[in-house]
Amino acid sequence: MKMTQVRCGYLPLVDCAPLIIARELKFAAEEGLDLTLAKQPSWSALRDQLALGKIDFAHMLSPLPIAMSLGLGGMPGAIDALMVLSVNGTVIGVSDDLSTKMLATGWRNGFDDPRATAAAIFSATSTPLRIGIPFPFSMHRMLLEHWLSDVPAYQNGEVEIITIPPPQMANAVRDGILDMFCVGEPWGSVAVQQSGAVLVLPGASIWQFAPEKVLGARHDWVEQNRDVCFAMIRAIFRAAKWLSQAENIPLAVEILARSQHLDLPDHAIDPALGGNIPTSINEAPRRTERLLEFHNGAANFPWRSQASWIADHISRWHDLDPKTSRATAACCFRSDLYREALAPMGVDMPGASEKVEGAMQHPLAVASTKGQMILGPDVFFDGAIFDFGTQAAMKK
Amino acid sequence: MRTDLKILVVEPEPDKARDIIDALMNGGWSDVTVIGSTGALVRTLSKQDPDIILIDLQNPDRDTLEHLSLVSNAKSRPVAMFVDHTDEAMTQAAISSGLSAYVVNGLQKDRIKPVLETAIARFRMIEKMQSELDAAKRALSDRKTIDRAKGLLMRARQISEEDAYGLLRKTAMDQGRKVIDVAGALVTAADLLQ
Repeated sequence: MKMTQVRCGYLPLVDCAPLIIARELKFAAEEGLDLTLAKQPSWSALRDQLALGKIDFAHMLSPLPIAMSLGLGGMPGAIDALMVLSVNGTVIGVSDDLSTKMLATGWRNGFDDPRATAAAIFSATSTPLRIGIPFPFSMHRMLLEHWLSDVPAYQNGEVEIITIPPPQMANAVRDGILDMFCVGEPWGSVAVQQSGAVLVLPGASIWQFAPEKVLGARHDWVEQNRDVCFAMIRAIFRAAKWLSQAENIPLAVEILARSQHLDLPDHAIDPALGGNIPTSINEAPRRTERLLEFHNGAANFPWRSQASWIADHISRWHDLDPKTSRATAACCFRSDLYREALAPMGVDMPGASEKVEGAMQHPLAVASTKGQMILGPDVFFDGAIFDFGTQAAMKK
Repeated sequence: MRTDLKILVVEPEPDKARDIIDALMNGGWSDVTVIGSTGALVRTLSKQDPDIILIDLQNPDRDTLEHLSLVSNAKSRPVAMFVDHTDEAMTQAAISSGLSAYVVNGLQKDRIKPVLETAIARFRMIEKMQSELDAAKRALSDRKTIDRAKGLLMRARQISEEDAYGLLRKTAMDQGRKVIDVAGALVTAADLLQ
């Protein structure tokens, strides 16, 4: 078989695991792809490389293809999200100093209570709170906003959100540039180890099923190279499925640590993949459900309702017409191509491409092609429900 | 070309930073600040308010700059980027895309000045186009207001369009105001009385 050469850009984070596994365990080769992974120094650089056609695919923050398609940022362009690469995976941490002050208010770190944690943070700080995120168009920023939007200090502009490259997050906390951060693994664990930061919440405690990274590609290129896209979706789907099996995790950690792609030690990779994360330097790792999900609960399906949820945040930031933004965003999330790519494999597919976001308290069997699909839970900490089918999202 | 521009260079490596400063000084630019880390970037940008920023294409701090440039009240400023001169295709593509990425080809000292001048000129051109577009939009909305005011006068006083405009202009001259201001006041008053 003649192999097709494809280049995929990525940032060295644990959640690019499906790409590395697809390459190293030959899932890509079996689909006829000679997959090269191209490490990028920043999200801006990754975006430019994709827009300018230097890479074919990219490991992208889920809001990035939507923002680019809406014409925002330094290099806009019509970018499609072919599938979701990972769900959840971010952690929120505070500086050593802030955590001490929070403990003095009587707060205890259960690593699961957004309301009590927000209350402790704001009663422990008097000056504007500085929070680090990895990029302006990121799920990190959207989760923070959803979490804190009801807090008076946030509404009064006493929260400053700053972009800091993830590898520098630990130093920024140690040097007092940040009070808090929201970042993807391994950089939360690294901040705990290197600067005494304390992790206070997993992103999943704010939204239990937040699409974190997607596989992006240029819209025009996708239309001209559908078969290559289908092969790539199949290869990553198989890699993600392999990663979802608990017995494969020790081997996955080994492969990722040895691969030249990440350049991270195994103890930095272990917490996110194993779901046991140390929240402070002297504590035993905490078992955390759905800390980072690659496959279960139809995690790879690019739901158009997820795209609409993301679009609403971007519309608020940039004063765009929400209806138009939602329409553009829903077209970016290519559930049509995802279905077509996986049909030959007989993969179970949901009956609809939109769902009510935040409605499932427990895992729920839903209508699907084979009748075996289980989704959720996907609730928001405050019980918010977003029903884009009626174009009337509401916050309870 | 103005040489009193305030230039901010983001470069963690002292040797590289020194080369860039030398090249800028040779080019006649003396107001140059160099910073090495992201934390410093956030603070320096608000304090210094530079006219142009130079950063390596490979520098992770680009994401911080991206965020700062998206903040709604941020001053728009050109960002020039250094790129390895081996990456000619990328450089050309970035330049022809004409966006915020102005790429300086490599770190050769003698090339910094001309490329920087091009980047600044290009930025000014886009800025000028933007302000012309804004002016055109404003003119269009002014004309709509004046037309509405004329219509109101024509109906209220049973006069011709020409007379209505003459009345607006005379009132403006008598009061030392602009025609659009008089027309705007009339439209507002009419809306209130409805």
